[in-house]
Amino acid sequence: MTFWKRFITNRGALFGLAILIAVLLLALLAPLLFPRGPWAMVQRPFLVPFSTDGLPLGTDTLGRDVLAGLVYGARVSLLVGLVSTVMALLIGVPLGALAGFYGKWVDEAAMRFTEFFQTIPNFALAIVLVAILEPSLTSITIAIAIVSWPPVARLVRAEVMSVTRREYVDAARLAGLSNMHILVRQVLPNTVSPIIVMASLMVATAILLESSLSFLGLGDPNIMSWGFQIGAARTVIRSAWWLSFFPGAAIVLTVLALNLIGEGLNDALNPHLSRKGRS
Amino acid sequence: MAIAVAIFSRLLKAAITLLAIAILNFFLVHAAPGDPATVLAGEAGAADPQMIADLKARFGLDQPFYIQLARYVGNIMTLDLGYSFRQGQPVLDLIMERLPATLILTLTAFWISLLAGVALGVAASARVGKFTDTLITGAALLFYATPLYWAALMAVLVFSVQLGWLPGFGYETVGSGYGGLARAWDILKHLILPALTLGLFFMAVYMRMTRASMLEVAQQDFVKTAKAKGLAPSIIRRRHILRNALLPVVTLAGLQAGQLVGGAVLTETVFAWPGIGRLMFESLAARDYNTILGVFLVSAAMVIVFNIITDLVYRLIDPRIGQKA
Repeated sequence: MTFWKRFITNRGALFGLAILIAVLLLALLAPLLFPRGPWAMVQRPFLVPFSTDGLPLGTDTLGRDVLAGLVYGARVSLLVGLVSTVMALLIGVPLGALAGFYGKWVDEAAMRFTEFFQTIPNFALAIVLVAILEPSLTSITIAIAIVSWPPVARLVRAEVMSVTRREYVDAARLAGLSNMHILVRQVLPNTVSPIIVMASLMVATAILLESSLSFLGLGDPNIMSWGFQIGAARTVIRSAWWLSFFPGAAIVLTVLALNLIGEGLNDALNPHLSRKGRS
Repeated sequence: MAIAVAIFSRLLKAAITLLAIAILNFFLVHAAPGDPATVLAGEAGAADPQMIADLKARFGLDQPFYIQLARYVGNIMTLDLGYSFRQGQPVLDLIMERLPATLILTLTAFWISLLAGVALGVAASARVGKFTDTLITGAALLFYATPLYWAALMAVLVFSVQLGWLPGFGYETVGSGYGGLARAWDILKHLILPALTLGLFFMAVYMRMTRASMLEVAQQDFVKTAKAKGLAPSIIRRRHILRNALLPVVTLAGLQAGQLVGGAVLTETVFAWPGIGRLMFESLAARDYNTILGVFLVSAAMVIVFNIITDLVYRLIDPRIGQKA
């Protein structure tokens, strides 16, 4: 109750939530709204926006409907953002939890490993991974997960470390509970809120990463995405601004919405967490 | 003494990290579909059996796995990054030729974003909750959500195509015959848009960090003491709060510098800036894996150098760090 009240009184977060729901609905309804799909050539190429009925955002270099591409692109952005974040959590949470809980050499080894991945330039590694594994939805998602888990591991480690020092954990030890039970049932549930906040921001970053990879031509060749639309229109920017403008605006809006939601969650879940959120 | 030990341990750590990246590269080559020689030859080598045979011998593909690994890592450690069949040049030469352009771009973007970010962060924190603060934090939120390459394209559209103020393409005017100062001015004009758009995202990051850090330090007791002494608020802000608030910003700046190198791939692609990022983009289309992996290794090395420099700067700003180590 109080959580919702605090979240709802945050105007920015509410605005973000409204945009995200709208994007989500468009993505889900894409096949109903544009049954011909995003690749169909519907009119002559380079139609200026608002000039033709039924094609409010105009057509691209091959006469495809820009709006249809946008709506289908939303599916890819949200899907990749969500799945890669879940995968990054599946790597980062256990690693960070074990490091924070057991300390000593486990911590040392896990943190060296994490540090190594933090040193490598994120985006360059993602490019190399996708280029070598061949561009596909799967390889893009895996690559984004591989470059985004280190901050999660660091956050979870710090949280687990501080929670493990509390008295109720000592009590659980005295009660004879096993280490695994204490970690999974007693400690981890108390670290969930900062993880949720970080996850919502990670979806935003993942969407930016996916669009950047697609922009460079590393997107799945069978799937329409926002980054691909901009990449394909890059060379005609001088004559057809709208081909790059609208997909980019869609990315900005979606990422902004997720960031606002993340900040809203952060404020609502725990007012003084904002300082720990940085990696 | 302490500094010498610290530098030595950092260099050792850097060497180990580079070694690990070389090993990672080796496994990546083997993870690619097809056999490594064909992979490294890329599209260009596919038609030439002699070239493939040479590559197989070079990598010792008939040898046990660990010998292949040792050879590959040995090559990289002696700065032999292989040969780009696509470009007909050793990869190291290709990278060295283009590294200066990338260094100019990333360093300019780094300083612009750091100085502007800190200045805006201080300004916002001084008027927290007021219109200036809302305006600055709002802008930062927007820049934070804007893809680098899209900001670059829109900048070209507005400042180059529409207004015609600045060139939106290349490193200097081709065939202008400029020399000396005229040439430097020409390069500077070409540099403005790429550096600004590359720095925009990072400026937002540094601004948010500076603002948060300033507000946090302002709560501390020594600031109350300074106020009680009757010092002017502007002096407290500059001499007392800012100096302490800068520490986490410097740490973050060092970490983010690495991301700048990655972001340069996008900026250089949009502006046809002849750096290693553009080289990587061209190699992607040509499937020139040798060059891609080479650029990857060199950009990681750049990050490590950035981090060492940050570490040293950190020691200069806060002498307590050296005492603890």
